[in-house]
Amino acid sequence: MLDYVWLVPAFPLAGVLANVFLGGRLGKKFVGLVSCASVALAFASSVAVLVEMLALEPGLRHVERHVFTWFLSADLKVDAALLADPLSVLMMVVVSGVAFLIHVYSVGYMAGDPGYRRYFIYLNLFTFSMLTLVSGANFLVLYVGWEAVGLCSYLLIGFWYEKKAAADAGRKAFIVNRIGDFGFVLGIILIFRMFGTLDFGSVFPRAAEMFPMGSPTITAITLLLFLGATGKSAQIPLYTWLPDAMEGPTPVSALIHAATMVTAGVYMVARCSALYVLAPVSMGVVAAVGLATAVYAASIGLVQNDFKRVLAYSTISQLGYMFLACGVGAFAAGVFHLMTHAFFKALLFLVAGAVIHALAGEQDIRRMGGLRRELPVSFWSFVVASLAIAGIFPFSGFFSKDEILWDTLQARGPLVWGVAAVGVLLTAFYMFRLLFLVFWGKPRHGGHVHRPPLSIDVPLACLAVLSAVGGLVGAPMLFGRHFIKEFLAPVFAGGAGHAASAGHAAAAAAHVSAGAGAAHPVSELGMALVSISIAAVGIALAHRFYVMSPDVPRRLKEKFATAYSVLLNKYYVDEAYGAIFVRPLVAFAAGLWRYLDALVIDGAVNGSANTVAAGSRVLRRLQTGRLQDYALSVALGAVVVLLFWLTRW
Amino acid sequence: MNGFPLVSVVTFLPLAGAAVIAFVGSDRLRAIRSVALVAALADFLLSVPLLTRFTGSSAGMQFVEKVPWVGAIGASYHVGVDGISLFLVLLTTFLTVLSVAASWYSIASRVKGFMMAMLLLETGMIGVFVSLDLLLFYVFWEAMLIPMYLIIGMWGGPRRVYAAVKFIIYTLAGSLLMLVGILVLYFMHHGATGEYTFDLLRLYGTAIPRGVELWLFLAFFISFAIKVPMFPFHTWLPDAHVEAPTAGSVLLAGVLLKMGTYGVLRFCFPLFPAASVAAAPVVSVLAVVGIIYGALVAFAQKDVKRLVAYSSVSHLGLVMLGLFAFNAQGLEGGILQMVNHGISTGALFLIVGMLYERRHSRMMEDFGGLWKTMPVFAGLFMVVTLSSIALPGLNGFAGEFLVLVGVFLKSVPFAAFAALGMILSAVYMLWMFQQVMFVEPRKRDAPALADVTAREKWILIPIVILVFWIGIWPGFFLSRMHASVDAVLARVWSAGLAGEVARDAGGRGGAAAPDVLQAVSTEAAPDSASAGMTPDVGE
Repeated sequence: MLDYVWLVPAFPLAGVLANVFLGGRLGKKFVGLVSCASVALAFASSVAVLVEMLALEPGLRHVERHVFTWFLSADLKVDAALLADPLSVLMMVVVSGVAFLIHVYSVGYMAGDPGYRRYFIYLNLFTFSMLTLVSGANFLVLYVGWEAVGLCSYLLIGFWYEKKAAADAGRKAFIVNRIGDFGFVLGIILIFRMFGTLDFGSVFPRAAEMFPMGSPTITAITLLLFLGATGKSAQIPLYTWLPDAMEGPTPVSALIHAATMVTAGVYMVARCSALYVLAPVSMGVVAAVGLATAVYAASIGLVQNDFKRVLAYSTISQLGYMFLACGVGAFAAGVFHLMTHAFFKALLFLVAGAVIHALAGEQDIRRMGGLRRELPVSFWSFVVASLAIAGIFPFSGFFSKDEILWDTLQARGPLVWGVAAVGVLLTAFYMFRLLFLVFWGKPRHGGHVHRPPLSIDVPLACLAVLSAVGGLVGAPMLFGRHFIKEFLAPVFAGGAGHAASAGHAAAAAAHVSAGAGAAHPVSELGMALVSISIAAVGIALAHRFYVMSPDVPRRLKEKFATAYSVLLNKYYVDEAYGAIFVRPLVAFAAGLWRYLDALVIDGAVNGSANTVAAGSRVLRRLQTGRLQDYALSVALGAVVVLLFWLTRW
Repeated sequence: MNGFPLVSVVTFLPLAGAAVIAFVGSDRLRAIRSVALVAALADFLLSVPLLTRFTGSSAGMQFVEKVPWVGAIGASYHVGVDGISLFLVLLTTFLTVLSVAASWYSIASRVKGFMMAMLLLETGMIGVFVSLDLLLFYVFWEAMLIPMYLIIGMWGGPRRVYAAVKFIIYTLAGSLLMLVGILVLYFMHHGATGEYTFDLLRLYGTAIPRGVELWLFLAFFISFAIKVPMFPFHTWLPDAHVEAPTAGSVLLAGVLLKMGTYGVLRFCFPLFPAASVAAAPVVSVLAVVGIIYGALVAFAQKDVKRLVAYSSVSHLGLVMLGLFAFNAQGLEGGILQMVNHGISTGALFLIVGMLYERRHSRMMEDFGGLWKTMPVFAGLFMVVTLSSIALPGLNGFAGEFLVLVGVFLKSVPFAAFAALGMILSAVYMLWMFQQVMFVEPRKRDAPALADVTAREKWILIPIVILVFWIGIWPGFFLSRMHASVDAVLARVWSAGLAGEVARDAGGRGGAAAPDVLQAVSTEAAPDSASAGMTPDVGE
């Protein structure tokens, strides 16, 4: 199966083509079936690849498959080539698995939409693009996937294109991502300039030999790439598109804007770990941006009233934790959290979709409440997912988040750990605020609750199981082995091959990979208890605020009115960007056109034409056609000549 | 087929078609249109063997025909194609077919004259690309202006006369400079060798004193820069585009603008290599200004056609920047981007034309929400839009990425500015797409518009196929350029950079010198590319 790794992205592509060319004639049933089946086949082949890879020696788990030569210009040679190694295979399994469940869910969710076929074409195209992104064997194939998922995101956010808000949000997402890609492309070209190739297999092993620790070139490359990651993965300062992206259909939010596409930046940084460990400055930036985003976005999530927007800020915050992990050298922990987050965040969004669907489009949590009896599957799924994201043992999020916190403490000390722990408290609070407001209390919605169809409940249940037990693959405390970290170890810098490049970050990375829980079992257990306690405090607070005495939030709101409105308005960042960048640019463009182009440049062109015309008008007076005038000028001329001739003497 | 004058046939078949139309009664519209379409299509099919029989590994001119023309002054009929002109000839024959098809109903008055002008224009355009004799080139270069002048001036919009006169005066002013340049070169060659000739390949060898070379370069370059058009010579373009009928815009943007960039590559670089290198910093600055300026001004437009016209200023700035990088990636990316721009922008003008035929407006405010009733059109429009903003996997990216690589290897700041254009193109193109296709229709009472007809669909589908083909397999095209591009570069480097580098090293010691040297060594020994690179130049 490893030889046929190209089948994994090929299946969804075939689904796209089938639905583009045949879907219109063969009808809705066909569209849904082809779409789901193509992703199911992609999932099945990913699993087959994984199984075959597990049978190989760890050192041999790196298979590249060249499909054709894409670019060839002088020394620039780029192949369309795919790579199967532990990281890409893990991503393929997670992406295709979650995508399959969301495809199934969409069959029910989108059943009544007139754009049904268009929706599934986009969704399949997305799956193809994302699988290309994670399986590319060089930076340019990665970039193809990177931009293509951005395109699908644009198309799906603006899926209901008649709504101006949706169309605007899609465009915003694309443009903000392009700002990030500005850095990404320059980073890629700088890699080519320095290494003479873009293949992962040639760049990463040679990086440590060619460049010393802290090299400015590598720092520049990694920072440029990271600019791309802040766009794609919605980190400060380019996160503003993601909350707006909630205009898209909810399954899209689950798949693209929670589980998969937005994690592409984390995947990319992890993939380039060999470069990042050589640049402590970049690692510091990654960690700082991740940490700041984690806490910042969580604080906004505290007060939002739109179900999906709370989850959107939560996603931004959780992505921040993944970057924090990468920034402290714990790449495996970042990818592990990426995986568990894919399960529980997809689930949270799918529940949100089920609730919104049941309430005929209502998204405001102030008009929900008491839904736990009417929507039992949604309710219990939401409970599991909330416990997972809050980091309660033994749900999946506990293991990954705890590992990130522990590695942060090891690498950056208690202060940074403390800030990250504040984020944990906020996370537990806003999640359970959401849980209590939606599912507890008296119903505050007026109408009838539609029971979701089976195609919605079954994917919820599947993801709930994964959210509950998915963390066990990385639970050294229980099994004494950290399967995920062992599996991924050959991919990441800080393993045996990179230990030679000594230095702060690499040392941290080496420490983390050597750790695997065995080094400090007691203190790690202690810290785990601390982080669970913090989360428990957050849950208890939410319970007190939103179940026990519901007027507490109101009183707090009044007492801290300014702080509340700053949070509610998302720190006014969108407004600031509008005032600093967007409106001046629009005005500048209009001014350039009206004044420089029309007035100055074209004015000069028309002016020179007019000068010629005016000159002709003057000269034309000489050509009057009257004999007397000509006789006069002849006479005058003769006089002048005569005078000139006479004065010579 | 040995000895078959393929290039001449491709060049003059449209002329023959025009002659046939001349004998058709001017009220037999269907017959006129059919003859024009058949002639254009036959010409396209005949141009395909140029591609299939082309030997990619050879740098020399192929399909060469040479017969004395005006023997007394050393002018000959000398034509042929190489890896640079090949694709521009194909682009011309391809776009002409689509343009004739697009004018099927939209040109309803004086159809006979229009179709004749189209076919004459095609002969002129192909002639420009295949001429290897300076006098012949100049004749085609000027001859082609006349049909385009008529197409804009007779079948254009309300301000067509202003636009047509502006177009022709502006272009003629440039061409006259070039004519003077051609004559000076001609006499200098005679002075040096005693031979009177306009043969381009022989003139390549003419030794020109440094001071004169710069003036000659300018005489040619300004003419080309107006044609491209480069900032600040661009203001004729939006007026010409807005007033021209759809077919005129397609060929103007798709082919005529490329004559400027092609001219730089075919004439300025090989004839005046040292001057080209010396002018590179100034030209690059103008190109970068054009990229950003064109994009910003495009964003300010309310008229879709004017927006697309300004986007051409931006895109062709990128082509120029790539050419003046003087390395393989820059040149090949530049050539590919000429073709890409012809395809994408040609398609955009076709699309604007289809919209105009439906609503008799080009203002964004008169559209909106079209996706609903025009889903097939929407899909095709989307692909073209994405091609224009260089989505990887589509043609625009293949060219743009290569250009960026080429420019980056020469100068990082220029590459950074050029990459800004990548952001801005998304800004104005997606804005335009949204205004036209998304949201609710802004004019509520306006009737819903019908989706593409079969004719329109089959005009756009070949374009979409090319968009994917070039994007997914640019190697097919690049492999036929390598040898010709290397030949141009070799000439620029040997004659141009030798002096330049020496002077730079001793004098300013600017950043250009080591980069240029590196580019040379990289090219000379591709295998040792990485070994030759010093790790961490910054340290």
